[in-house]
Amino acid sequence: MVTRSLEEEYVKLLRDYLNGPGEDQLYFAQQMGKWLLAHDVSPEELTDMHGRALEKLGEVPEFVRASFSILTEVMIEYGNEHRSVHSWRSRHQQMEAELTVAQAMQKRLLPNQLPDYPGLEIGVVSIAAKQISGDYYDFICQDRERFCLTVADITGNGISAAMCMSMLKYAIDSLREMPLGPDEMLRHLNRIVGRNIDPSMFVTMLYGSYDTHQHCFRYAVAGHEPGFLYRAAEGVFYDLAGQGSVLGLCPNSEYEVQEVRLEAGDILILLTDGVTECKKNRYYLQRDELVLQMQAELGVHAQKMANALYNRLLALSQFELLDDYTMIVLRRT
Amino acid sequence: MDLFLKTTSQDTEHRVVLGGDIDAHTGPEVKETLMSLANEPGTRRLLIDLEAVEYMDSTGIGIFIAVMKACKQKECAFEVQKLSPRVERLFRITGLYEHIAIRKGESE
Repeated sequence: MVTRSLEEEYVKLLRDYLNGPGEDQLYFAQQMGKWLLAHDVSPEELTDMHGRALEKLGEVPEFVRASFSILTEVMIEYGNEHRSVHSWRSRHQQMEAELTVAQAMQKRLLPNQLPDYPGLEIGVVSIAAKQISGDYYDFICQDRERFCLTVADITGNGISAAMCMSMLKYAIDSLREMPLGPDEMLRHLNRIVGRNIDPSMFVTMLYGSYDTHQHCFRYAVAGHEPGFLYRAAEGVFYDLAGQGSVLGLCPNSEYEVQEVRLEAGDILILLTDGVTECKKNRYYLQRDELVLQMQAELGVHAQKMANALYNRLLALSQFELLDDYTMIVLRRT
Repeated sequence: MDLFLKTTSQDTEHRVVLGGDIDAHTGPEVKETLMSLANEPGTRRLLIDLEAVEYMDSTGIGIFIAVMKACKQKECAFEVQKLSPRVERLFRITGLYEHIAIRKGESE
């Protein structure tokens, strides 16, 4: 709103300028413009103020006075646009603030430390392509020898993915007290997801239990790429076995338990499709190329390997992460 | 690449040819077209031709799941054909292969 003191300032500025134009007045006018914008003075109010200021400075010819009617009408349109941009900007700021809250909430859903068991190294890299990730992973210690591991990819990202992730975490937390095998856990989660999310959303997941005494990993897969197993004795990477429908597709889906035993030096690499769908130039990285990258980072700690592979794949994709990326490396020492 | 989408209908049967990219950008248009055909009163068969699809991500899989569910509710046949090796792999990994009829032959 134009106040009396503002109008007086404006008249003074205009008078000074007309009496002897100078850089100081132009600079002051710029500062005043910023102030007017910050205080939501509309373009048509400013036009009116200018007209009144001219009247105070001397006799205004009739054609100049009349011309202000045209200018004011035009400025009303500018004013409408200004108000809509302003309202859009505040809505945008509000959404940004909400996203920041969701981002912080999502961080709390992911583990803040990795399990520590003798004879097994664990490394994780999980990076969101945008503010909120659709990738989820978790480790739950079962006892002194075993822990459960979840890697999941929720379709889409943003708030819906964060909300779905929170549902998954609390479902797994509440089911973990029951003695469920990986296949039964996925069966339960499939029903929960199917009942509670939009029909076009789904979740891919690998859920398993690692026994650090036997170094045996029992897992089941729901529409998720199972990952790789490196056999140190042979120096070969194998595809992990396992297949099953994504969670949320069909209420009666069944899942199969797979089992692998790690020998000294063997490595399990679990991932989400952000890793396998890495693009080199315009083409997707082929399995053989991915294996070559992994082979180049053997012989280091699991976390170092995970970090190095992320850096390699990011460089290959010209430092542009197109999808959320999660890789978990388990290495038997 | 952009989306290519062409629908031909004969009585209660619809055939949709999709091409280009099916991703987060083009997904809403694909979903709206397929869902409105699936929900159209009297639709008995919906056939999707994927031969010209260059790229499809999880958005596309989500659309096929939603359309499959809608068709199941209406007892309308939902079929896809001419999947590229990459799309076929996506269908296998996600388990869609078990739930959607994949036509092996040429289009009718």
